[in-house]
Amino acid sequence: MSARDSSMVKAEAVHKSFGAVDVLKGIDLEVKSGEVFCIVGPSGSGKSTFLRCINHLEKINAGRLYVDGTLVGYREKNGKLYELRDREVAEQRRDIGMVFQRFNLFPHMTALENVAEAPVQVKRVPKSKARERARELLERVGLGDKTDSHPAQLSGGQQQRVAIARALAMDPKLMLFDEPTSALDPELVGEVLDVMRDLARDGMTMIVVTHEMGFAREVGDSLVFMDGGVVVESGAPRDVLGDPQHERTKEFLSKVL
Amino acid sequence: MTTRIDKVPEDAPGPSAPGAPEAIKAIPVRHWGRYVAAVVVLVLLGLLVNAVAGADLRWKSVGDFFFDDQILEGVKNTIVVSVLSMIMGLVLGIVLAVMRMSKNPVTSSVAWGYIWFFRGTPVYVQLLLWFNLALIFPIINLGPIYKDEMTDAMTPFMAALLGLGLNEAAYMAEICRAGIQSVDEGQTEASQALGMTQAQNMRRIVLPQAMRVIVPPTGNEFINLLKTSSLCSVVMYEEALRKAQNIGNNSSAVVELLLVATVWYLAITTVFSIGQYYLERRYAKGSLRELPDTPWQRVRKNLFVLGRGTGSGAQGAGGVGA
Repeated sequence: MSARDSSMVKAEAVHKSFGAVDVLKGIDLEVKSGEVFCIVGPSGSGKSTFLRCINHLEKINAGRLYVDGTLVGYREKNGKLYELRDREVAEQRRDIGMVFQRFNLFPHMTALENVAEAPVQVKRVPKSKARERARELLERVGLGDKTDSHPAQLSGGQQQRVAIARALAMDPKLMLFDEPTSALDPELVGEVLDVMRDLARDGMTMIVVTHEMGFAREVGDSLVFMDGGVVVESGAPRDVLGDPQHERTKEFLSKVL
Repeated sequence: MTTRIDKVPEDAPGPSAPGAPEAIKAIPVRHWGRYVAAVVVLVLLGLLVNAVAGADLRWKSVGDFFFDDQILEGVKNTIVVSVLSMIMGLVLGIVLAVMRMSKNPVTSSVAWGYIWFFRGTPVYVQLLLWFNLALIFPIINLGPIYKDEMTDAMTPFMAALLGLGLNEAAYMAEICRAGIQSVDEGQTEASQALGMTQAQNMRRIVLPQAMRVIVPPTGNEFINLLKTSSLCSVVMYEEALRKAQNIGNNSSAVVELLLVATVWYLAITTVFSIGQYYLERRYAKGSLRELPDTPWQRVRKNLFVLGRGTGSGAQGAGGVGA
């Protein structure tokens, strides 16, 4: 059960397949507390799938995945694995924030309601308190003046910043970013990365699937390059991106840099 | 909107701004075909009015019986059975939709079978089946809760309610299912990632968005149901049409009384259509950047514009109709 003291996420031989297609073929990695952990790689390499396994949006087929020392999605007792009930899975997910490529804001709610929704529903925070906190969070991501706007009235960058505020409202100990800037117009990417940089500075543990190599190099503490469902290369971002050892990594980086 | 388009040529910067190209002033195409079509339609309409005016109809009877107590009673019954059947259909429909989408093969196939049966048979037949249930089940026995002669329990009202309501549930189930499935999967993922349970996700996130897809066809269903309720006269239910026919046959003003019923149906469906419009508008929140004006707001705006004489006030009048 017990993972290393400072370990936030620990993956041991994680396998995942969709039908006959093996998407993850044995992922071993460790993310330390307070670390910004970047995952890069070509599309179809399994990086998004791996991220979704961490909060059990996808079930893994083999291996073990721990978040903060606790097994994700299962309970292990006397050498047997028991599936967790929906309610228990939901409880595990509370502490893990997630930001999606396509924002997935709730379109029928204002920015403020989007942020205040989960604390009220899930944590039973009093409504007035949750709204006050939501206002602070929106202020923090630079959207203090957009609290009453609906998502359709916001730009992509603004929507993604609301989505980050929404995830932060649950006070997560870990944040997952699934290509947070890939659906944005180029001139809007910066504002989202700024917010993420800010979060990293505050010591949030973050796992970031990204194509923004500049961001990975500047903010990331560690980086893995994934391809074909395995981790090909890992290390400090500067080393992996600056001096790749594997052919596959070199080839990929030559295309994106 | 049109007022603003109309005045564009006047204050378009084109001609006045130096160096800008001159605004186009072209002679519009004349659509002669439209004039011809309008004349033809008007002539046909005139002939129709002429024919009706010459018909052997006692218009006075239509007016006399319009607010007759019997007719009003019938109209009331029509509305009561329609509203109750719709509520029954809605509740049962949501249950069936959830059953149909469940991962449990037993519940999903039972729901499928229900929908298959009730959509596949005419309402008329279903009404008759319910009404004549006493022929095969003389006694209704629900254990300790209820026991009675079927003929006492299956009143015309019960037969009408069951016939319409159970049939409606099958249609509502499909409408609800389509609505729920129309909501993007990312919405469920986002709420799950926030730690919401499936029930919370359904109630707070999915259903409010599904409503936008569910409400318009539901309104149509209700208006259909209102009209279909006229079939209930076959099970002796005293709704508007049956009442009208009773009076019509006794006073030998058959067509006059049918006209009374017709106008009443039109009046009821019109009122409910207006209600539907506002309901749809309410659930459009979030999918549109700005809600369109209601007809009433548009009227007020236009009055305001006319009063001013110019289009400059068009923005301020109705406010943003949120």
